[in-house]
Amino acid sequence: MEELATENKGQNLESEMEDQADASVMTIEIGPAHPAMHGIVRFTTQIDGEEIVDMIPEIGYLHRGFEKESENSKWIQITPYTDRLNYVSPLLCNIGYSMAVEKLFGVDAPRRAQYTRVIMGEISRITDHLTCLGAAAMEVGAFTFFLWFIKGREYLWELVEEVTGARLTTNWTRFGGNATDIPDGFLGELQERLEKIKDILRECDTLLTRNKIFIDRVKDVGVLSKEDSISFGFTGPMLRACGIPYDVRRSDRYSVYDDLDFEIPVGSVGDCFDRYLVRMEEMWQSISIIEQASDKLPAGPIAIDDRQLVLPDKKQVYGNIEGLIDHFKLVMEGHQAPAGEIYMPTEGGNGEVGFYLVSDGSGEPVKCRVRPPCFNFVSAMPAICKGGYVADIVPIFGSVNMIGGELDR
Amino acid sequence: MNEIINIAINILLDPFIQTILKIVVIIFMFVMPLATVLTLMERKWSAMIQDRVGPNRANLPFADNFRGRGALHIAADALKSIFKEDFIPRGADRFLFTIAPYFGFAAALSVFAIVPFAAPIGDFTFQITDVKPGLLYIFAITSLGVYGSVLAGASSNSKFALLGGTRASAQMLSYEVFIGISLLGIFMVYESTQISVIVDGQNTYWFGNLIPKWGIFTQPVAFVLFFVAMIAETKRAPFDAPEGESEIVAGYFLEYSGMRFGAFMLAEYIAIVGVSVLMVTLFLGGYHIPWLHLWESAPQALVTILQILKFTLLSVFFCWLQLQIRWTIPKFRFDQTMALGWKKMLPVAMANVLVTAIIILLAN
Repeated sequence: MEELATENKGQNLESEMEDQADASVMTIEIGPAHPAMHGIVRFTTQIDGEEIVDMIPEIGYLHRGFEKESENSKWIQITPYTDRLNYVSPLLCNIGYSMAVEKLFGVDAPRRAQYTRVIMGEISRITDHLTCLGAAAMEVGAFTFFLWFIKGREYLWELVEEVTGARLTTNWTRFGGNATDIPDGFLGELQERLEKIKDILRECDTLLTRNKIFIDRVKDVGVLSKEDSISFGFTGPMLRACGIPYDVRRSDRYSVYDDLDFEIPVGSVGDCFDRYLVRMEEMWQSISIIEQASDKLPAGPIAIDDRQLVLPDKKQVYGNIEGLIDHFKLVMEGHQAPAGEIYMPTEGGNGEVGFYLVSDGSGEPVKCRVRPPCFNFVSAMPAICKGGYVADIVPIFGSVNMIGGELDR
Repeated sequence: MNEIINIAINILLDPFIQTILKIVVIIFMFVMPLATVLTLMERKWSAMIQDRVGPNRANLPFADNFRGRGALHIAADALKSIFKEDFIPRGADRFLFTIAPYFGFAAALSVFAIVPFAAPIGDFTFQITDVKPGLLYIFAITSLGVYGSVLAGASSNSKFALLGGTRASAQMLSYEVFIGISLLGIFMVYESTQISVIVDGQNTYWFGNLIPKWGIFTQPVAFVLFFVAMIAETKRAPFDAPEGESEIVAGYFLEYSGMRFGAFMLAEYIAIVGVSVLMVTLFLGGYHIPWLHLWESAPQALVTILQILKFTLLSVFFCWLQLQIRWTIPKFRFDQTMALGWKKMLPVAMANVLVTAIIILLAN
């Protein structure tokens, strides 16, 4: 009897909620445990039949307090946190953060370090796009495509592991250089693996790009106009799919991207299919960038010779007093950044990843703010989805490529 | 002793007992083994397509960790569904929730009642029953399958399940129409809806003994239409919007667990076998082996065994084809499934009927 009473109570509450809204409108909670939401976001969606009437995104399921934690860490201690910002392209966040701190110090990494950063960064861009497109395709039913792409990503992550020692928690860049140089024979292996990636891209291209069912699912779905995209603050492939060739690598000319020849693919309509095509083409461009950078890779040191910034060799630390003091000062007191504030945008896998750093001259930042590209995308989700079908949320969210790590921080 | 044998023979000759025996043999020696093996083969074959190893972990600890290349997963899956908690969500309609899985199960099994597995020997048929309405019976039975999905969706007290149930009902009711219309041509060509007549009609030949009059040759359009419509009717990918695991989680059977969930899964695989069996019966000559009638002195027993073998092999081929389709192409969106049916398949099926009618008229 008691059980029955609670049952009825539950039903009454629900029916009351529905009475308040329009009778034909039903509220469903999509996420965070929904399979397409990857556990990182919730969309409270109102649907009329199969049509979306309204949608409220709720973020914060992956909030770790990155920015607050950064304020209590030394500059160099933040680098490992930036691995976790984007778990499909961690190196791009590493590089972005280190370049921001270098800008604060007013130094540049040596040429060799810059070129290896470009190579590793573009590898990460490919892994980012492989994961994004694979997951998006899987969610519209092309499961095979997903696993083929993940196979390709494995090839690249093994390379990342060879250089940095880890697949995801790379922690590879330092201020004024990199932690490690690329190992011997790396470039040859890189070329072999890129050939494999090209095969996978070609294979998947024939499997999916002209597949009528796939095109029906993504074409003219999730369209957002140029003007709206700009006003929402879109960057990266989402913006380029609308036909605006904005790429931080080209517009800010940071690092050595100026020496390298690459194109910025743009779409025309700004639907999910354009985003798919833009990402596919970007992978080809990244491969070309990596090939050019490997050819041009100069010899030389991988870090600048500045005792205020770079940890001395272990030989120096144990061999003479200056080395020991430098090491001690850098580890205990941290890098003494000049007071001031800077903003350093870089092109992440998803769009503009910017680090805004404020320093008061001590060893710790006053503020370390990240500009995540996905925040704008997720805030635009209601605008994109409204009027579409429930089933459209899946390809749209897949093409948005929301990364909880950098969104919720 | 002789008396006992006589009594046994008399019992076996009794048509009622015979029918019961046939049901038992067909279900437990053909349908169920094939469907259970399919649950594993689906995973193994998809693994092959996707460069994976597939399930291979289940082992027998007391038998030197025997793994049998993953074959033990069949037993592991069955045990898992039996021992899992059989959960009924709060607010669900207990009665409907409990019976819903078995509608689809029963409907999927009923298809085999009228399918012949080999040519009759004397009075004995290799078919449970050869009802006069024939395929009309199948239309009626597949319609019953709708209730399973709708009741499951409506009784679960879950919004995703409700959406799945609505989608399932709309899709299955629509595609029944195309199943019916796509088969009209077959009825006209073989002048009957009775299965035995259709199968025997496919044992005649064009140009002397050159080309058998199989359904696939007399009705090639219907072959494609019927196959597509049956896949949609059984809600397999690419028409699995009612389950839509990425958008409405699992659709109408979202809230099911344990053996009731197992019933839904098994019903799906039985339906795959059912579709394959119907495809062979209607379009690939059923049990008839082409040109075998030229070998006049063939022993009866050998012919029967060959026929059963041919029927089984072709059925397995169609099962494989359905798995291959599922793992190759993406899914339709729900409204696209409906548009494909009403805007493309219906006109084509109608035109097929018209053209068939004109050709038959001219030929006579």
